[in-house]
Amino acid sequence: MESSDRLAHFYGGIALPENKTHTRGRPIEQAPIPGRVIIPLNQHIGEPAVACVSIGDKVLRGQTIARANGHLSAPTHASTSGRVVDIADYPIAHPSGMDASCIVIEADGDDNWVTDNETTRDYRALSADNIRRRIEDAGIVGLGGAVYPTGAKLAPQPNQSLHTLVINGAECEPFISSDDMLMRERASEVIVGARIIAHALQLDKCIIGVEDCQQEAIAALRLAEQELDATDIDIIEVPSLYPAGGERQLIKVLLKQEVPEKGLPQDLGVVCHNVGTAAAVYQAICLGKPLTSRIVTVTGTGCASPRNFEARIGSSFASLIEAAGGYTGNAKRLIMGGPMMGFAIASDVVPVVKATNCILVAGPSDLGQYRPTLPCIRCGECERVCPAQLLPQQLFWYTRAQNWEQVEAHHLSACIECGCCSQVCPSHIPLVEYYRFAKSSLRQRNLEKQRSDQARDRHQARDDRLQREKLERDERMRKKKVAINKQKANVSEPDS
Amino acid sequence: MKFELDTSPHLQPTASVHRVMLHVLLGLIPGAIAMIWFFGWGVWFNIVIAIVTATGAEAMMIRSRGGDARATLHDLSAVVTAVLLALALPPLAPWWLTVTGSLFAIIITKQLFGGLGFNPFNPAMAGYAALLISFPREMTQWIPPSMIAEHPLGLWDTLVVTFAGSLPDQLPWDAVTAATPLDLMKTRLGLMDTIGEIRSNILFGDFGGRGWEWVGNWFFVGGLWLLYKRIITWHIPVAVLGSLFTISLLFYLTNPDAHPTPLFHIFSGGAVVCAFFIATDPVSGCASAKGRLLFGACVGILIFVIRTWGGYPDGVAFAVLLMNLAAPSIDYFTRPRVFGEDRGS
Repeated sequence: MESSDRLAHFYGGIALPENKTHTRGRPIEQAPIPGRVIIPLNQHIGEPAVACVSIGDKVLRGQTIARANGHLSAPTHASTSGRVVDIADYPIAHPSGMDASCIVIEADGDDNWVTDNETTRDYRALSADNIRRRIEDAGIVGLGGAVYPTGAKLAPQPNQSLHTLVINGAECEPFISSDDMLMRERASEVIVGARIIAHALQLDKCIIGVEDCQQEAIAALRLAEQELDATDIDIIEVPSLYPAGGERQLIKVLLKQEVPEKGLPQDLGVVCHNVGTAAAVYQAICLGKPLTSRIVTVTGTGCASPRNFEARIGSSFASLIEAAGGYTGNAKRLIMGGPMMGFAIASDVVPVVKATNCILVAGPSDLGQYRPTLPCIRCGECERVCPAQLLPQQLFWYTRAQNWEQVEAHHLSACIECGCCSQVCPSHIPLVEYYRFAKSSLRQRNLEKQRSDQARDRHQARDDRLQREKLERDERMRKKKVAINKQKANVSEPDS
Repeated sequence: MKFELDTSPHLQPTASVHRVMLHVLLGLIPGAIAMIWFFGWGVWFNIVIAIVTATGAEAMMIRSRGGDARATLHDLSAVVTAVLLALALPPLAPWWLTVTGSLFAIIITKQLFGGLGFNPFNPAMAGYAALLISFPREMTQWIPPSMIAEHPLGLWDTLVVTFAGSLPDQLPWDAVTAATPLDLMKTRLGLMDTIGEIRSNILFGDFGGRGWEWVGNWFFVGGLWLLYKRIITWHIPVAVLGSLFTISLLFYLTNPDAHPTPLFHIFSGGAVVCAFFIATDPVSGCASAKGRLLFGACVGILIFVIRTWGGYPDGVAFAVLLMNLAAPSIDYFTRPRVFGEDRGS
């Protein structure tokens, strides 16, 4: 047992209504095999994957259909067996509503897996390189939502000595229970996955952080820990407070250390992975199954029968909502992710991707009543809740004034867009929206500054070159003149 | 199906300016009732006149700028300003005094600077200061608390005084008015009387002025309620009262004959209401925790300085206004450390 008095607190944060009971009540269900799956090629932060199948090809579940393209890219796999019917742009779940390149597979309904994948009984026998390669090949990315390729975090970096693995099971956003259900039902997968990661990185310490409102998950993890004789893993309850599941916040709470503002957890010797990622690592290494499905919470008062599904990547949102009883009359806003950091999408004809932890079909009562914005009364509530310890109010005023120097001086880049400030604002100012605007303006400004710097340097170089050439020319002329004069002198010498 | 689009966070805030201001008003009720109890119906008339004038002025200003007056009045900030101003005025203030102060507070101090959230100065205190400078005689005509008043005025008499300016039964003004304890303290200290001699006056109670100390207690209760409801933070009240207590204690210890006790400072005049309700005005104050401590501490010290060496018996209004000026700079220089920021050692 870990006592919580060993824990630190992170500054700020807010207690939010959980709204998770509907989906925690029932077990994870297998989502039906959709008629076809639409698998986007850009389900990770790097360059989109490159399709390696052609229209008409027969594919099996788990077969690689697109290869990674560069450093932070990841391959994608067929999420069911069938025939590739199209490789083209389709709408995806994205805040901009944009289309992206996708591979469409018409399912044959058999869901046959590839059979030739490596499985491993004892991961301890595997080398770190082997584990990393297989995790990369399995297309695993951070399933907490960041979709950073997991393999890249396993690559040893020079000048870094890692010692602690933090597995993030603190599911702090309201409504979402996919990680919670995963831990309840597949705790041993999480624990073995964590041990594989720890083994690959040669870490001596592994902590799983879970919010104290997830008692069943904690119990399941402890049970699995005993059964697997994995008592080297610490399972620690952290106080339920949004955003306790933020990477930096969780590390602060568990290890009492702050990740440097412009740094990474690795700078503290810590590496952080989500519980879903750990389970996917287990599946890939021990069972030889690449990432073709994930747990998705389908919830909200806009959906008749909320629950968690294990859904194939590429299933449409509509099919999952249909499987969850369909829409009620309340469906108003469709959100991928939670109500704090998720984004709204206009249509349900978009595929589930590796980042889809929750489909929130929000009704009016889920989100609260919209009220018009009033002037800021400088109450400072935003500052009391900002987990990045920023001055949201000052950032707001400076953004309004487009005073970008001050916006930068007030550390806008440290903002994690958790939404706490907006949530407590008595004037209902869409603060996060201001910060997004400010961030893009700053990016634009820095880009322009970079360009103008480059242009100035080029101009300077040109001036220098012209000057140099002129000097050289003058020098040559002078020499020539001297030579000619000399010659003249020589010629005229005999006369004298 | 088509869905509405908006950006995160999707969860709507539950707090509102209306709720904040409503709580401030509720928090003022115990103190206001105590003032009516001790100083008569005049306090009540002041409140009503101030609210009517302030909301009317606010509506007029908003409408002249093409805004939605009803929505603006709903935030209740004008009512809070009106009540704070009214509570600071002498109970028998003539109606036009209250009206002038309210108009100045709302029109000049608040709306001409852009309305809610944009006023650099606390409107109620600016209104009070304007009246104090412009109408010193009317502003210093206080009355004694009811238990020691020789000619307590009833509801009707007070109404006549407020609106017609005439006292009943041909009473002279001297018969109904009295100095405030702070005023008396200042005058008699100026005459080189000792604290002991001054304190024997009937106006003084256990800690501060008779009646006044109870008003202070009830404002204290309202302030604690605001803290409990998380409308205000502890920083400013603690800093104001703490610094006022500390500095007055220092002077009291050096010369108890020439300086009243720290408790006298806290329980007289507007110190308590200032600590919980006036200096805590977020718009014209500081935002960060450190900034609020500094802001409050300076207000407390300035109250003492003005009371002791200034030209006015109480210093709340000027202390707050002076610190309002300094608030943006304080905020600028007290920026807290950002998560993970390395500021060196």
